[in-house]
Amino acid sequence: MIAAQDTRTRDNALTLVSVGLFCVFLWWVPNNLDGYKLRIINLIAINAILGLSLNLIYGMTGMFSLGHAGFMAIGAYVSALLVLTPEQKVQMWILEPIAPWLANIHTPFIASLLAAGVIAAFFGWLISLPILRLGGDYLGIATLGFSEIIRILITNFTPITNGSLGLKGIPSHTTLWMSYGCLAIFLLCMVRLMRSNFGNVLRAVRDDEIAARTMGIDTFKMRVLAFTLGCFGGGVGGALMGNLITTIDPKMFMITQTYSLLMIVVVGGLGSITGSIVGSILVTTMLEWLRIVENPVTIGTFEIPGIPGMRMVIFSLLLIAVIIFRREGIMGMREFSWSWLLGLGRKRGGAAK
Amino acid sequence: MRKLVLALVVCLMATGAAFAADDVIKIGVFNCLTGQNAFGGQLELEGTQLAQKEIPEVLGKKIELVIVDNKSDKVEAANAVTRLIERDKVNAIIGTYGSSLAMAGGEVAEKAGVPVMGTSCTNPLVTQGKQYYFRACFIDPFQGAGAAAYAYRDLGFKKAALLIDVANDYSVGLGNFFKQNFTKLGGEIVSEMKYQSGDQDFTAQLTELISKKPDIVFLPAYFAEGAIVLKQAKELGAEFRFMGGDAMDNPEVVTLGGDAVEGFLHTTFAYDPSMPNMNPVAQKFTENWKKAFPGKEPNVNAALGYDSYILIVDAIKRAGSADPKAIRDALEQTKDVPTVTGMTTLNATHDAEKELGIVEIRDGKKQFIGTVTP
Amino acid sequence: MTLNMFVQHFINALGLGSLYGLIAIGYTMVYGILRLINFAHGDIFMLGAYFVFFSTVMYKMPWAVGVGIAILGATLCGLLVDRVAYRPLRSAPRISALISAIGVSFFIENLAVVVFTGMPRPVVQPPMLMKAFSVGGVRLVPLGLMVPAISFVLVSGLLWVVYKTKPGLAMRSISHDIETTRLMGVSVDRIIALTFAIGSALAAVAGIMWALRYPRVEPFMGIIPGFKAFIAAVFGGIGSIPGAMLGGLALGFVEIMSVAFFPKLSGYKDAFAFVLLIVILLAKPTGLMGEKLEDKI
Repeated sequence: MIAAQDTRTRDNALTLVSVGLFCVFLWWVPNNLDGYKLRIINLIAINAILGLSLNLIYGMTGMFSLGHAGFMAIGAYVSALLVLTPEQKVQMWILEPIAPWLANIHTPFIASLLAAGVIAAFFGWLISLPILRLGGDYLGIATLGFSEIIRILITNFTPITNGSLGLKGIPSHTTLWMSYGCLAIFLLCMVRLMRSNFGNVLRAVRDDEIAARTMGIDTFKMRVLAFTLGCFGGGVGGALMGNLITTIDPKMFMITQTYSLLMIVVVGGLGSITGSIVGSILVTTMLEWLRIVENPVTIGTFEIPGIPGMRMVIFSLLLIAVIIFRREGIMGMREFSWSWLLGLGRKRGGAAK
Repeated sequence: MRKLVLALVVCLMATGAAFAADDVIKIGVFNCLTGQNAFGGQLELEGTQLAQKEIPEVLGKKIELVIVDNKSDKVEAANAVTRLIERDKVNAIIGTYGSSLAMAGGEVAEKAGVPVMGTSCTNPLVTQGKQYYFRACFIDPFQGAGAAAYAYRDLGFKKAALLIDVANDYSVGLGNFFKQNFTKLGGEIVSEMKYQSGDQDFTAQLTELISKKPDIVFLPAYFAEGAIVLKQAKELGAEFRFMGGDAMDNPEVVTLGGDAVEGFLHTTFAYDPSMPNMNPVAQKFTENWKKAFPGKEPNVNAALGYDSYILIVDAIKRAGSADPKAIRDALEQTKDVPTVTGMTTLNATHDAEKELGIVEIRDGKKQFIGTVTP
Repeated sequence: MTLNMFVQHFINALGLGSLYGLIAIGYTMVYGILRLINFAHGDIFMLGAYFVFFSTVMYKMPWAVGVGIAILGATLCGLLVDRVAYRPLRSAPRISALISAIGVSFFIENLAVVVFTGMPRPVVQPPMLMKAFSVGGVRLVPLGLMVPAISFVLVSGLLWVVYKTKPGLAMRSISHDIETTRLMGVSVDRIIALTFAIGSALAAVAGIMWALRYPRVEPFMGIIPGFKAFIAAVFGGIGSIPGAMLGGLALGFVEIMSVAFFPKLSGYKDAFAFVLLIVILLAKPTGLMGEKLEDKI
């Protein structure tokens, strides 16, 4: 039996060491892996941020939201409009001239990230006031409706968003350090948050709203707060995504974008922070790996042509299989802890479901 | 699960082994083989493959095509190009149908310094400010101006209307260039209706258009949607004519639209299998295509896929090297290269300067009417 | 706007709306019973359209046979989806079934790409259905009248099944309380399968009519109609069959009339529908005709 104090020291040391190792890894990666792998590693971090923020809304607080793509879109557009240079903007609006007040705004990337988060959060807050009174699936549908409305507005507001032409030539600010830095900050805040009283309150709201209200919790306020915070994450994630891919247009933010985030959250484990990260790693890499099945394969002189569409067929089968055989997701509601990891080494396979 | 992993590993090794050979020049192709633009991308790929079969070598080295699907999706397009450059180490790239995909891929290629030859991405933004992006096609302002000139001058139509897919960059761009030029010529735009990609019911927009009595409606749609629009217009008894852009140039237009596409006009590149007095390259292309794909008509997408390959090989030949930078420099000097769609010269903005063709559908067949100058 | 034009718009809206309604019924029935948004429903609709395309255009079968094959094929697919992807998850959290539904939807769409290729294919319309005629300046085609007529007949038939037959009683009972129904000796799985079968058959009919009305088929054709029909189902009150039809019609009318009355804002067409949806949800969270469902996450 190890005393609690010792366990904590051990855990802190282990955490510190692994963070250090990860930093070494991040430093090593750009010089040793090709840009393709780099992009995937980068995407994992961004998807993890997006997954975590959706998990805060849905997994932790129990608000079924299908609107994340909309908030990502707001974030991506706000950030892109702020980091693009005035010269780029003048060239790009070839259909209608850009709104004059927008043409000369130019900020550093970090400021644009913050603005992306804040503005997405503002819209989230605005929307949440009326619709968080809805519950269950109705909330999901209403948020989905808002996400689509946001997309339609972006498509039609050419002077501000350049319409369906989208924005291109966004400087690729999203380096590994940037995306993992954001992820680290986000993760830290989430862990802190969920361990705090606020986290308990959110879980109470999720598990039994009536009981929570009886305990004197202003459940509506809590839900609005959690929703707004989640939208902040969605905005930042969208901004990072835009700066990674360097071009954005309204079609990127269709409902399928929300589905893939939902997949990450649920496959990882609803309500588990670790789960969202595991889900992001799995879903992102799986989607990339499976590209292999669509390439022509040559064995000796024999060539099997690639089959278009096969990748998603296999991916969807894997997804269904995971859900059927591990219905709570990979992590369930559990979280990662060092004791769990060390324990795993000792009693392999003994863990109960 | 273990079996699956094993299978994946085997696949990985097999693909790895395929690209291990030395002394080959690799040309990457990224195009839409699946997704909503697959109908265009597939034809372009087949055109490129046909060209590769005809010219399998340059500078005494074998040319190998590395094909990647961009799934008509921007994120995938950027990934696909990254993969071609980083993993397959291609010397040059061909692609793609769809301007937004070209833009997403173009950013990656620009940074890596690998030249790309765009097939049918006609939006001016694609090559804007790019050192490494070129294209075998003309651009939408030119096409829109040509369409407007043909409608106003040659057909004598004074009142035009637009039906635009507001979610499609191609449609919005081309429609806008048509509108600008048509009004500049002195014509009047009587109505501008919009729909969203994926819509299949256009009756409301068409009823509104009919009430405005235009002479011609400009419909810069993709062919599958466009054909449905024409069908519904006929059902509703529309009497005006329709005109589209190069994205309507697909043999399927007639099969999809039936007799409703009769009299439909569209601008396109100066190639069509129905064309009288074809240039020698086009003749050869048409013959070989019919041999390779019996029962399937070639179209401009196939021709542009073919032309893109020719332009790159021509540049490699002139550069005397397959170094990406050398190819780029040679591409910039491209002048009067005979291609299927006419003599191709790449101008200062890396766009092909070529003629604009007009096609009309008569008696269920595409008829190449001639070329226009805006 | 002249009266003629208004009538023309009205007829257009009726045709589109009744198709939405027909698809919406499948969503509403499954949701009413399982509280599951069956995302694969739009893809069953697509399969129905493909089956009719293959039998009539590729194999030149008569239309009656083609329609029969399509309905049967789609019904089997619907049953298979339930058996493989949903039944194992009956006791799981609802979100797991939802993700499974998204997975199935991706699977069917992409399998269709693999098997049918992504090329859109033309559907040949029987000429007699397309012979246009004018009544007082309003253009009509027989098909345009047939679509709402068939939809209303089918809905009436369905209402009869649900409200007047034993299996219908069981369905309604399951939607109130699945466990109690099981205890009453009802074979719940069989009734759920029946629900999927009916929903899929209706989706197939909608798919056929859609393929006739907008004559082409492609693997992703089910996504947007499916999505809109689902919105329609919520609009009308999810769980209610007349509500689904009403919601479908309402959506059809909003889409068409927003363009008709505000032609300058035609780019915002879908936004009108969503704004109205949210307003209705806020005013009456259970939709136009919905009953209060006890749902709890």
